[in-house]
Amino acid sequence: MRDVIKLFLIVTIFSAVSGWALATVRNLTAERVEIQQLTYIKGPALKEILAGSTNDPITDRLKVPDGKKQIDVFTGVFDSRKNTVAFEVTGKGYGGNIGIMVAFNIETDELAGIGVTTHSETPGLGARAKTEPSFRAQFKGISINKPVKVRPEGGDIDALSGATVTSKGVCSGVNNSIEIYKRVKSEILKNIKG
Amino acid sequence: MAKSFVQEFTKGLWAEIPPFRLVLGLCPTLALTKSLENGIGMGVAFTFVLILSNILISMLRNVIPKQVRLSCYIIVIATFVTIVELLMQAYAFPLYQKLGIFIPLIVVNCIVLGRAEAFAAKNRVMLSIADALGMGIGYTLALGALAAFREIFGAGTLTFPFINYSIHNVLGASYKPFVFLVEAPGAFVCLGLMLCVMNMLGRK
Repeated sequence: MRDVIKLFLIVTIFSAVSGWALATVRNLTAERVEIQQLTYIKGPALKEILAGSTNDPITDRLKVPDGKKQIDVFTGVFDSRKNTVAFEVTGKGYGGNIGIMVAFNIETDELAGIGVTTHSETPGLGARAKTEPSFRAQFKGISINKPVKVRPEGGDIDALSGATVTSKGVCSGVNNSIEIYKRVKSEILKNIKG
Repeated sequence: MAKSFVQEFTKGLWAEIPPFRLVLGLCPTLALTKSLENGIGMGVAFTFVLILSNILISMLRNVIPKQVRLSCYIIVIATFVTIVELLMQAYAFPLYQKLGIFIPLIVVNCIVLGRAEAFAAKNRVMLSIADALGMGIGYTLALGALAAFREIFGAGTLTFPFINYSIHNVLGASYKPFVFLVEAPGAFVCLGLMLCVMNMLGRK
């Protein structure tokens, strides 16, 4: 019996020390990792939809409270005015969550574009949401006054052929972002400068 | 039993080189030798983990009870692999994206567990360091050689920081790369050829 207790204790101590070491390293690297992830994962989508901005949207990011959470809002300067903001939402796709970066023009309350950050969709079908700009171009200039829907559901968005679930997922993500935008717009206007 | 540091170190570089002689750690060898950058990157991450885990397991070899030794080794190795993964995310993100799932797979890499069980558990810390260094550098060289061969002839390029190489510069623009070499079956064939060459050289 004593032997078993000794074995149990040793493995427990090993696990405890391991857990402590991992938590420590995680905390130490957390900030750097966040910046790297922003640059490499969200960066490409951001650069696409905020193309032509005269600033760096990643360094010019705000943390805006939305209820109990904080969201990263990236800002874009066009024509010397900070008139475009973008943040990431998720939509339910065919193979899991789709990360969608949505940009809004705060002067006209219209969508300035969308980009896909991460997804698990089928290559050649749903994955075309990321690879084909023509699908995403449909979201440019849409007003936030009514939800976006695919044509089979009465809306204006042409779904990707063979990828209806993905297309609906993107729309639901965009609608989600519209709701968030409406909620936090006043906070954004408070924090945005210039 | 009284082997020197140099002896333990050099055996990993040739006589007992991991993928070709010990025939261990073949999974990353096959999958990550499509480009020189991936191969060397994996080798470096692997060596890091191997050295650290060998040191710690050798230091604790009298404390770890035999009945739970594998659990303890795995805890140690997994902790170091996770630390390396976090460090890569923080300081070498593009490489982390390229190596992807193979970083966590270092935990179950037979070489790491094998050296822990076969060597670090029975030898002093200094010899364990020598063993780990030799195996790690040998593994990196093996991956590098295989990756260079496969990439040069299979894709016509050589990707590595600061090196901008294209085979068209050497063999002319009409050279069509032998794409088979960078695909999965080509990996097996190349590995087999390397083993064949190593055996021939060893026989002399």
